[in-house]
Amino acid sequence: MGKRVALTGNEAAALAMKQINPDVVAAYPITPQTDIVQYFSSFVHDGKVKTEFVTVESEHSAMSATIGASAAGARAMTATSSQGLALMWEMLYIASSYRLPIVMPVVNRALSGPINIHCDHSDTMGARDSGWIQLYSESAQEAYDNLIQAVRIAEHPDVRLPVMVCFDGFITSHGLENLEILEDSEVSEFIGEFEPEYSLLDPEHPVTFGPLALQNYYFEFKRQQADAMTKVAAVVRRVGMEFEKVSGRHYELFEEYRLGDAEMAMVVANSTAGTAKEVVDELRAQGKKVGLLKIRMFRPFPKEEIAAALSSKQIVAVLDRADTYSTMGGPIYNEVRSALYDEKLRPLTMSYIYGLGGRDVGLDDIRKVFSDMEASRTAGKVSEPINYLGVHE
Amino acid sequence: MSQMLEIRWHARGGQGAKTAAILLAEAAAKAGKYIQGFPEYGPERMGAPMLAFNRISDEAIRVHCHVTNPRVVVILDPTLAGKVDVAEGVPDGGIILVNTSESPARMRSLLKLEGRPLQIYTVDASKIALETLGRDIPNTPMMGALMRVTKIMDYDYFLNLMKGELEHKFKSRPEVVEGNIKAISRAYEEVRGE
Repeated sequence: MGKRVALTGNEAAALAMKQINPDVVAAYPITPQTDIVQYFSSFVHDGKVKTEFVTVESEHSAMSATIGASAAGARAMTATSSQGLALMWEMLYIASSYRLPIVMPVVNRALSGPINIHCDHSDTMGARDSGWIQLYSESAQEAYDNLIQAVRIAEHPDVRLPVMVCFDGFITSHGLENLEILEDSEVSEFIGEFEPEYSLLDPEHPVTFGPLALQNYYFEFKRQQADAMTKVAAVVRRVGMEFEKVSGRHYELFEEYRLGDAEMAMVVANSTAGTAKEVVDELRAQGKKVGLLKIRMFRPFPKEEIAAALSSKQIVAVLDRADTYSTMGGPIYNEVRSALYDEKLRPLTMSYIYGLGGRDVGLDDIRKVFSDMEASRTAGKVSEPINYLGVHE
Repeated sequence: MSQMLEIRWHARGGQGAKTAAILLAEAAAKAGKYIQGFPEYGPERMGAPMLAFNRISDEAIRVHCHVTNPRVVVILDPTLAGKVDVAEGVPDGGIILVNTSESPARMRSLLKLEGRPLQIYTVDASKIALETLGRDIPNTPMMGALMRVTKIMDYDYFLNLMKGELEHKFKSRPEVVEGNIKAISRAYEEVRGE
């Protein structure tokens, strides 16, 4: 079993990268970069990894270089956050359409403006339709575990897609927490050697990456990408089961916390899920039937499984640390609500936008959501479907 | 939850509150505790009021929000008194530990905490830091005083851990390690309370 240590989320992510020991890491070494790559660069300097470390002049170039390396058959990684992810934008789509198994930790932080460096999920939620798999992490432990599993998921022959591993800026990235880590050998054994199906550096089997595909073929490429996404859930589950054998820690597509017999359910991703669990326990002790569904895999969205877990509830509140500005509530809310549409029984639903730009979300905020849910349940209807939690108005 | 010790650090940017919170958490983790250590990152200006937090528990910690009801408050800069409500949310019986040359009774009055059932402790950590480290960095001596008033862990055990941590951080500067250990021990001895 693993060794317990105290690390920040960034240190934990850098350690996972060290143990993954990728062939190439390309990164932009200046803000908005996280100190993940700073720690990683010291591993390179000290000869702890065999990685070719490429410093580039922008996040756009970081993703471009990672794509080039991956297409050449290397196990390639980078890391980013906030505006950095925004600047990678057009290259994200290239990575997924080339079917490159790139793994990238993303520290979730707000997008400007106004200028803000703190936690919210606007960055990765903005990239939700870029064809990347997205895994969200409650803690440094989960960020570490998800990164290691992501390598296997991305490189699986049924998948061959890039993965973002998301965790909360400052709260997780800079907070010191306990976690259990694996031995280097356990990680290298778990992820195995990367065997690219196609490689630019294999002259015996020449291939083209990034050709022109107009009205004749573009659509077919995109159809295959969409088809690959349908294979992801099964792989995530299998990799999770194998990871449990090594680590003792259990991973599913999402986590159900005291959800089975709950009448009122909260849905939330990342660090706030931990705070919500405390409130669930507190309300359970008062005899209230409440539970939590924590989002782990948001892309692809496990629609049948989530619908099955929530359809029997009386009311569901979905918390989003990002807005869609569609007037229809947060991104997770929209997916959950849509997933429930085909169910015979449908709970009432509410959307809560919370914590934008790092606004702290405390136990009282979570208590308020449950008390709002109780009021709506009693009334039999939701009078305010779209809510902004903890905003000064 | 009731077994969890929560600490809030009040300081000004540059005084080392974040470092203290991280060092304390690392030491408690080595002692087998579950921990959190994190600052409230603001604009990160030297001299601006800032906060840092610790949670220390025998059980896994799940909450990921600011500490709002700390049982212990550590004030690295006494000039924050009257400008920041340092006792906000502190439950009855809670501890306020201040870096100041004032007496606990005088500090209680300066903080306008007469009548509140809180324990006030003071230690002149800045003076200790100047005399042992040559710079006004009160964070490490305050950790010595904190050990005295909270008994988070065995003091000798803590001192050994800190020595290890500091030797790791200041490999090439043994005088810094020695100065810090002296500062911690002096603050442990000199802290007064009421």
